[in-house]
Amino acid sequence: MNPSSPAPISFDETALVARARAGDEQAFTELVNHYERKIYRLAKHITQNDEDAEDVLQEAFLKAYEHLPGFQGNSKFYTWLVRIAVNEALMKLRKRKGDRTVPLDEPVDTGEEMVKREIAVWEDNPEQRYSREEMQRILDEAVQSLKPDFRTVFILRDIEELSTEEAAETLGISVAAVKSRLLRARLALREKLTRQFRRKGEDVFAYL
Amino acid sequence: MLTCKQFLQELNDYLDPSSDPDIRRHLEAHVTQCPNCFVIVDTTMKTLQVYKGMQPQSIPDDVKARLWQALERKMAARKQQLSSPALSDRLPFE
Repeated sequence: MNPSSPAPISFDETALVARARAGDEQAFTELVNHYERKIYRLAKHITQNDEDAEDVLQEAFLKAYEHLPGFQGNSKFYTWLVRIAVNEALMKLRKRKGDRTVPLDEPVDTGEEMVKREIAVWEDNPEQRYSREEMQRILDEAVQSLKPDFRTVFILRDIEELSTEEAAETLGISVAAVKSRLLRARLALREKLTRQFRRKGEDVFAYL
Repeated sequence: MLTCKQFLQELNDYLDPSSDPDIRRHLEAHVTQCPNCFVIVDTTMKTLQVYKGMQPQSIPDDVKARLWQALERKMAARKQQLSSPALSDRLPFE
């Protein structure tokens, strides 16, 4: 096993999963290499804690390895892996319930007051105006300022790209709850990023 | 015409290309006449774009090393389990 070997150029998840299920360790290694960064990011986003994120990363892959023979292939392997990781991360959060290290944000209503908030066009291509690290920090801080319930739904739907139904199943909540939390999360993030990226020194509606 | 509040409650449907075209047209009618909601739609779409474009960063070396140590232990344990089957498997059936 070579943990530092790069992921193969062509990545065939289905074939690798089939080989891994048949006991091919190299195939499982390639799956880990391919997804470890995404799972670590997911774990950090949800737990907001380096130590917990590391535990989640390990537990997710250890459980995936252990339960892979029972993986039916009804969903994509990655979706299945995300579910395992999310469950582990949520368990960490539950254990920390009441712990002040989980920052809480004020709820963002989607009512009339929303339109009175930050409404401004953005500067052009903010991605190109900030360094990669700076952009990463801005985006991470915005996500981390969300309440855990909203943050988790946003991560699953808009970063990990699970469907509404998959996110609902993973979190054990209704489809309606996913939709409502996603809307609030998106609007809250939009507002936070607008404070950062708003076009400065111009009439905000100049281009309308 | 929809109020801004009503429109914002349906914003996800407006942003979802797979939504019912009739619903999207109904929502579009509001956006074209409301500069505030136009900006909210535009900046929400940009918000989603910047997050989707964000590549995961590398895992710290020590974290990665401990992950692989844990996996190697797990794989070694499974190999050992397979090479020494349970007692009931080794005994001939009577």
